[in-house]
Amino acid sequence: MRAAVIVYPGSNCDRDCKVAAETSINAKVDMVWHKETQLSDDLDLIILPGGFSYGDYLRCGAMAVQSPINAEIMRHATKGTPILGICNGFQVLCEAGLLPGTLLRNNSLKYICKDVELVVTNQDTIFTKAFKGKPNPIMTVGNGEGNYFADQETLNKLHGENLIAFKYVDTPNGSLEDIAGIINEKGNVLGLMPHPDRAFAKELGSDDGALIFRSLLG
Amino acid sequence: MSETAQLTQEVIAQHGIKPDEYQVILDRLGRAPNLLELGIFSVMWSEHCSYKSSRRHLGRFPVTGPRVIQGPGENAGVIDIGDGQAAIFKMESHNHPSFIEPYQGAATGVGGIMRDVFTMGARPIALTNAIRFGEPENQHTKRLLSGVVAGIGGYGNCVGVPTICGETNFDKSYNGNILVNAMCVGLAEQDKIFYSRGAKVGSPIVYFGSKTGRDGIHGATMASAEFDEGAEEKRPTVQVGDPFMEKLLIEATLELMQTDCIEAIQDMGAAGLTSSSVEMAGKEGLGIVLKMNDVPVRETHMTPYEMMLSESQERMLAILKPGEEHIAKAIMEKWDLDYAVIGYTTDTGRMVLEFDGEVVCDIPVGPLSSDAPNYDRPWVETPKQPIVTSREIGELGDVNEALLKLLSCPDVASKRWIWEQYDRHVMADTLAASDKPSDAGLVRIHGTNKALAITNDCTPRYVLNDPFEGGKQVVAESYRNIIATGAEPIAITDNLNFGNPEKPETMGQIVGAINGMIEACKILEYPVVSGNVSLYNETMGNAILPTPVVGGVGLIQDYRKAIGYGGLVEGDVIFLIGETTDSMGASLVLRELVGREDGAPPKVDLELEKSTAQIISKLISDDLLEACHDLSDGGLALGLAKVAMASDIGIVGMIDDDLPKTAALFAEDQARYLIAVDAENEAIVHETIVKSGLKLSKIGVCAGDSLEIAGALNLKVSKMRDTWENWLPQFMG
Repeated sequence: MRAAVIVYPGSNCDRDCKVAAETSINAKVDMVWHKETQLSDDLDLIILPGGFSYGDYLRCGAMAVQSPINAEIMRHATKGTPILGICNGFQVLCEAGLLPGTLLRNNSLKYICKDVELVVTNQDTIFTKAFKGKPNPIMTVGNGEGNYFADQETLNKLHGENLIAFKYVDTPNGSLEDIAGIINEKGNVLGLMPHPDRAFAKELGSDDGALIFRSLLG
Repeated sequence: MSETAQLTQEVIAQHGIKPDEYQVILDRLGRAPNLLELGIFSVMWSEHCSYKSSRRHLGRFPVTGPRVIQGPGENAGVIDIGDGQAAIFKMESHNHPSFIEPYQGAATGVGGIMRDVFTMGARPIALTNAIRFGEPENQHTKRLLSGVVAGIGGYGNCVGVPTICGETNFDKSYNGNILVNAMCVGLAEQDKIFYSRGAKVGSPIVYFGSKTGRDGIHGATMASAEFDEGAEEKRPTVQVGDPFMEKLLIEATLELMQTDCIEAIQDMGAAGLTSSSVEMAGKEGLGIVLKMNDVPVRETHMTPYEMMLSESQERMLAILKPGEEHIAKAIMEKWDLDYAVIGYTTDTGRMVLEFDGEVVCDIPVGPLSSDAPNYDRPWVETPKQPIVTSREIGELGDVNEALLKLLSCPDVASKRWIWEQYDRHVMADTLAASDKPSDAGLVRIHGTNKALAITNDCTPRYVLNDPFEGGKQVVAESYRNIIATGAEPIAITDNLNFGNPEKPETMGQIVGAINGMIEACKILEYPVVSGNVSLYNETMGNAILPTPVVGGVGLIQDYRKAIGYGGLVEGDVIFLIGETTDSMGASLVLRELVGREDGAPPKVDLELEKSTAQIISKLISDDLLEACHDLSDGGLALGLAKVAMASDIGIVGMIDDDLPKTAALFAEDQARYLIAVDAENEAIVHETIVKSGLKLSKIGVCAGDSLEIAGALNLKVSKMRDTWENWLPQFMG
């Protein structure tokens, strides 16, 4: 398994993602600076990490899609390479148009960091199949803009094509239909707000996040 | 006013320079200073930068120890944590700015303390804070709390360093003068530590980071004066933080430190470009020439006076090895940061500033730092107060209600509303943060089994009633909180917050508390490696409670040995270690239920603290304890309530009937711990403790869903939790 973590200015979970992928599935992980213009063709996974790319200024993720590396991410998305966006990475995927909808300010208008219980609503994706037969996973969220929103047409489509991958048991932020993570139609791009990269070992409070990485092993 | 015009008495006074201090400046220069030079003296000789009221007392702290690599005098303290690694840490206040503008004041406090740590080559790995506000009824408390918490979170969350623990107090003495003390702990390789010393003659001085603007001019001077009614008008002196820039600056600085081109480096904190350049030159007896036209500026027409006194954030100054500038430049370009060579070091010992082809400042560096005033302020000892016994305060009425009242009092109530706004898990090495029942926060040293235990402590009401005992207690409680996790206490940073030192009573508190802390640090072998002093915390003549906060750091070799005070199961046995007496002075219950704040605080027997800690450490390292919790505010009753709530299990037992119930439950005697033991280990634990000569009382066992202490307490754990959790969210609305 060969993975790349994209490092934007302001990314702060880049190392966490690397360690999570290494620990969970022994992946070989490259850190790729956003100013790069090439991503290797033989990547098995691209991770867009959490953090505050460009300080979240303007709008979360909006500046990151202007980075030179974005063209390569788009190319890999089309090609079918698995792409995982966590937290700010999910926001970037929405801004890039690779996932529908957007992440609004939390309904409390505050940053929220807490453990959340999730339901894996679609266990047939390349990112979620290892959750089959497992109890509801626990991971932490840590964000100010995790409130998923989409128009009704998009929601209908998410339902119709079974594209909602994770829901909160109890939404911490006002997300529509408690949505915590969604996948694209092609099934190779997952965005979620909770952090599997902080839930890959028992001593961190949970190792449930490791199952996302294990799912990718097939 | 032009920078060369004659200085009036008024201008000198506005700069906080006292007439006798001005005389010293005249003597050292042999002439009158111009406005720029006066400004430079003013910030360097401010209380904030020069510690002129406290320096002679601080010098007596024990600052060495087997694990101390660098004590006070650098940007932060450095301790050896084995395997060639070092922990670098410091705590610093941002009190005055946070009162004026809570969000930016607190945010830049966090930013500033992080810079002190990464300036030395350490990657910040944990943040903590001790914050204090006025009484909840005060009209500003809610707004200030909300702003400070948002500011701390807004900065730390964005930079990506976990905020793992802290403490929050409320008292009317902070109504007009809140306290925001932030601590940062970083991790470095011992062979890659950077200092402000080490510069050589003829080396380039480079500036990188954000541009210099007009924000924060005279911040250090403001932080060194009392507030009056016009405090809000000082808003322009509060700096504005940009955590995104700080994140880039951390990465760029650490990348630069991987090269071999730095001679000395210093962040631009209080007094900005002035103090950073003076410190690096002063430490080596060098001179400096700065070309002010080359300083990256944010605004047009900035004068050298503004540039030298600006406290714009996220800026660094480094002295490089000659010829290596291109390496630094390339790194800063990668991170899109401003970079400029703005001067060079000389052998003249003078600070020369050039602007528009003229020399606008030419003063000796020495007097700015080493000749700063060093006052022996007159002080009077705080009068001792008598012991207050439980008999004297009478019956508390329904003890269940008393405990519920303590659980919901502002100082004790759950601070979930606060810490849920802090990212506690970024970096994926947080083992125990505010959400875990642990007396100290725990962060793992990345890639190892080692972990640091970190705690912030102060009990200002003790210090008020007896500065010496209170000073001892601050250090002892920090020590116990580290011990209770299974870690070894290594060293502390301190943040001494007091009122106006020109008042002998206040100076008496300062001297008393420092003396108490010194004694505790010596006996507990818990040296001070860094610190900060914040004086003049007064508004309209009303001083804050004396608040010497300690940030303690401990080391545990194997995090799997660490314990907290949760996770108990039915049948676990609860013991109290330590002696309880009938001394209720300055206790929480006296304040919250009787409405009195007088009396002698609990005595601190430091030798007993040490011997008790040794036994606790041994029991934890032998895997004999399921849980351990230091007893402090609210005594045994509150300790039991917290243990029960943490595990969501009842405790059934009894208390010592030699003592009046009020004392047995609520006295705050020191050197006490609650421990929980698996029934299987009860005998051996009992024997170990009794053999050691320490007092041991069996309280009871974990069972059911209520805290049931025979003849005293009977409360459902769920009821206690609701009471404890509800106060703050209800208050904040």
